[in-house]
Amino acid sequence: MKRGRISNRELDRLARNYDGPYRPYDLVKELCVALAVVTALALALAIVFSSPDDPPRTIKQWSHQMPVDFVTTAVSELDGSSDTAGYGPPYNHASTGQHAAFIHLQQWFGVSHPINTPLDYVYEPLASIPGDGPLRAAVAAYRSAPAKMQSAWTTAYADALGKATVGSGDAVQVAPGDYGPVPTMMSALLSLAQSGGLDGDLLTSSQFYETDYTTPLLLMADGGVLTARAQAQHLLGSQWGMMNETGSYPGQVWLWLYTFWYQIEPFSSSANADLLVFLIMGFLSVCLVAVPFIPGVRDIPRWIPLYRYIWRDHYRAQQSTGAGA
Amino acid sequence: MSTHGSAPRSWTARVRDTAVRAMPPERLLPDEQPAYMSSWVYIFGVLTLASLSVIIGSGVILALKGPAWWHYTGVGHFFNSVHLWAVELFFFFMVIHLWAKFFMAAWRGGRARTWASGAVTFLVAIPCAFTGYLSQQNFDSQWIATQAKDGINSTGIGAFFNVLNFGQMYTYHVLLLPVVVVALVVAHVLLVRRHGIVPPLPLADLPKPSP
Amino acid sequence: MAGMRQPHSLAPVLVAALVNLNRPATYAHAGVFQMSVANLVVIGLMVVVFAAAIALPFRRRHKGEQR
Repeated sequence: MKRGRISNRELDRLARNYDGPYRPYDLVKELCVALAVVTALALALAIVFSSPDDPPRTIKQWSHQMPVDFVTTAVSELDGSSDTAGYGPPYNHASTGQHAAFIHLQQWFGVSHPINTPLDYVYEPLASIPGDGPLRAAVAAYRSAPAKMQSAWTTAYADALGKATVGSGDAVQVAPGDYGPVPTMMSALLSLAQSGGLDGDLLTSSQFYETDYTTPLLLMADGGVLTARAQAQHLLGSQWGMMNETGSYPGQVWLWLYTFWYQIEPFSSSANADLLVFLIMGFLSVCLVAVPFIPGVRDIPRWIPLYRYIWRDHYRAQQSTGAGA
Repeated sequence: MSTHGSAPRSWTARVRDTAVRAMPPERLLPDEQPAYMSSWVYIFGVLTLASLSVIIGSGVILALKGPAWWHYTGVGHFFNSVHLWAVELFFFFMVIHLWAKFFMAAWRGGRARTWASGAVTFLVAIPCAFTGYLSQQNFDSQWIATQAKDGINSTGIGAFFNVLNFGQMYTYHVLLLPVVVVALVVAHVLLVRRHGIVPPLPLADLPKPSP
Repeated sequence: MAGMRQPHSLAPVLVAALVNLNRPATYAHAGVFQMSVANLVVIGLMVVVFAAAIALPFRRRHKGEQR
C-alpha cells in the first residue's frame, strides 16, 4: 500500500465525476420537513423568549432626566466643540475624517448631509418660539458679538455647567458669572426640549413628511443620553457591544471577529480605528470567498481530517469491497 | 428545435435549449443521491433555506402592517419575535453549513463558484440583518445607528448610505438586500444542482489506483 | 396611528414570554475577551450540534433500497 500526498490538481480532477452507487432520495420531502421543523423551532423560541423592545429615548426625556447634560451638549453645538461640529464629512468640512496612510475615503466622498450645528440646533429652533422679545434680543446679541466674545461666554458657561444643579421643573442652575446672553438662550432651548417641541422641530425642519432622523439622532449622540443606557446594557464598543442585544437576549454572534479588532492595540487607541478595522475585515471577507485558491487555507481540511468521520460509512464500504480511490 | 414545425431559431428557443442542456429536469430535481451522502452534516443547507423562508414569511407579515405595528400590538410583537429568532436560526444553520463545507473541501471538482456564491451570501446577509436592526425604531436601533455611522462614514460609504435615515434603511431591509440574498441563494442552489454534491476526499491510506 | 400610544415608561414591553430575558445580562470575562452568556450559549450550541451531526450514526428510515 502506498501512502502519499495527492496534489490539489489531482484532488480536483478526482472530484469532477462520480461513477459510484446512488440511492433513492426525496428532496422535496426533505425541504418540507425542514420547513416544518424550522417553523416549529421559530414559533417555540418566539413563544418562550419573545423579543426585546427597549423604547427609544427622546430629546424630551433626555432634557427632563439629564437637563445639565442636555444644556452642556447644546452649548457645545453652539460653540462648535461637539463631536458633530468637528466631525467632517459627510456632515461638514470641520475635519478630514479618518484615513489609512494616503487613503482618505471619508474626505473623498464629501459632505452629503450638511449640518451647521449652531444654526440647526440653536438658532433655528429658538427662532420657532413665538413672541419672546427678550429671547430674540438675546439671540441677536449673541450672533452679532465678535467670535472671541462668543467663545468667552460659552467657555465660561460650560465650565459653570460642570458644577450646575437641577432646580424645580428640571431647570438648570449655575453660579453667577459673565455668560452674556447664553443662559437666556439655553434656558429657552431647554424649555422647548422639555415640552417635546425640539423632537418634532429637528425632525421636520425641512419638510412635513420625514423619515430621516439624522439631525435629532446626532444631537442625542453628542450628549450622554444614549451612552448611559448603552453602558447599562453592555453595548459599548469596549464591551464587545457590537455582538450584544439589550437584555439577556443573544445578539449578533456573527460579528465577533469584527468587534474583536477594536479590543486590541493598535486599534483600541487609534483615531482611525473604524477605517482600519473595515479594511481588515474587507480583506478577510475577500479571503473567505477565495478560500479555494489560497494555499495552506484550502489544505486545512486535510490537516484536520474531520472528513474521515463525515464519510466513514463510505470509506468502510470502499474497504469492504476492496475498491480503490 | 422549435415546438411546432421548422421556424427559424428564435432567442426564446435558444435560451430554452441552453437552460435545458445545462439543467435537465432530472438534474434540477433528482430523486436519488450519491451513496456517500451518509451523514447528518448534510442537513444544514436545507435548514438554512428553511430558515430563510421563515424569515421572509414573517417579514412579509411585518411589512404588511408597517414598521410601527409590532410596538403596540401583541400579535405584531409575536411576529417580530418569530422574525428575530428565525434570523438567529438562519445564521446558526448557515455557519454550521459553512464549517461542514469547509472541512469537506467542498470547492473541489470545479465547485469554486459554489463556495464563492455561498460565502458572498453570508457576507450580504450580514448587512441585510444590520439594516433590520436599524429598522426596529427603538433604543437598540438608535444606539446601533449612532455607533455604526462612524465605521461606515470612515469608508466614505456614509455619504450615500445613511444609517441614521430610517426610511432608507427600511427600504434596503425589506426590498433591496433581500432581493440580493434570494438571488444569491438561487444561484448557489443551482450551482449545487449543476455540479452535484462533492465526492469524498480520497482517504490517504487507501491504495492509490495504479497508473 | 391615532389613539395608539407607546408606553411611556422606560421598562421594556414584556409580551407573552414564558422566560423573561428583559433583564440585565450576565457576562463572561477572560482578559480582553468578554461575551454575554446568551451569545456563549449560542456558540456552544453550534459547536455541539456540529460535532453531533458528524458523530451521530446516519440511519435512513425511508422505504428506498440501496442499489
